[in-house]
Amino acid sequence: MVPAKAFDLTRQGQGEPLGERIVVSGRVLDQDGQAVRESLVEIWQANSAGRYLHKMDQHDAPLDPNFTGVGQTFTDEEGRYRFITIRPGAYPWRNHQNAWRPQHIHFSLFGPAFATRLVTQMYFPGDPLLEFDPIFNSVADDQAKKSLISKFDWATTTPEIALGFLFDIILCGRNATPMER
Amino acid sequence: MSVPTTPSQTVGPYFSIGFSWLDRSDLAEGATEGTRVTLWGRVLDGADQPVPDAVLEIWQADAQGRYAHPDDVGELATGSKFFGFGRVPVKDTGEFSFTTIKPGRVAGPDGRLQAPHLVVSVFMRGLLRRLVTRIYFPEDPANETDSALTLVPSHRRRTLIAQAGAGDKETLVWDVHLQGKEETVFFE
Repeated sequence: MVPAKAFDLTRQGQGEPLGERIVVSGRVLDQDGQAVRESLVEIWQANSAGRYLHKMDQHDAPLDPNFTGVGQTFTDEEGRYRFITIRPGAYPWRNHQNAWRPQHIHFSLFGPAFATRLVTQMYFPGDPLLEFDPIFNSVADDQAKKSLISKFDWATTTPEIALGFLFDIILCGRNATPMER
Repeated sequence: MSVPTTPSQTVGPYFSIGFSWLDRSDLAEGATEGTRVTLWGRVLDGADQPVPDAVLEIWQADAQGRYAHPDDVGELATGSKFFGFGRVPVKDTGEFSFTTIKPGRVAGPDGRLQAPHLVVSVFMRGLLRRLVTRIYFPEDPANETDSALTLVPSHRRRTLIAQAGAGDKETLVWDVHLQGKEETVFFE
């Protein structure tokens, strides 16, 4: 159901999208540290100019004909996932005067149960906009907030190709809420 | 050892680009048995105004009460292509509709059989996390003893039960009221 190439957002068009190629990877674990295996991970994001391929996005920045900003993959037996994409641009969102969202990638995860469904956003280390962003700062706990910031990673940085960023995700345990399995 | 979970963040205004590949108008594609129903409804805000850009995610069991999930204790019929999951986007008018089959009864966490129901997550901009609710079926005697439905004060239960449409018995009507007097019951 998920095309094999859906993890690589730089290979969806006739040519290569513009911008800085990055590898975003990590592990999906549950609260007990167990790998979440063979589970769907979806991402969506702005292009390198800070524009989404969405009819409501009227930000005066160019669309990229070679970039949809949409990807899917499944975690492997160890809960690992990997995307190749373009570093998204910051963009204005009119929430307040001169409001800019920090660079981010939206993540959507299912995990093994209805209760483990999670939608979140991944940020980049050192982004000067983070401290001003009401969405990032809607997370009250400081440690939890920091867990949304990916880490620059030499091991997944690919020579001559792309910088690597690590983003691990912890889903709630399957017994966390009694409502549904 | 139990570690903190990754916090939820809003889906934002443009999530449909990432979600739409799983949009479905028939949730029971691949089902070989079960009573067909069409659900129609609207997503409404506290002022009863339609919300134009919400998405519902529907999960359901098949007619025998089995989820298409490796953890399910029951097994799907051999060769079944039933999936029982799909996204249903609302239109600019706040309306949505989908067809499916009425699911069978599934055992709840306490082991007792629940009434037939669809599990629903509502996603929309501005929400820090999804809203979780359920759609039950009208005039099903099992509703009287359902472990989740009976947790809800009786005057609010009807927000969880679809109603037979006027004239067309196969179309059920179920609205989502995000706020206000008629607010839909949402589960934690």
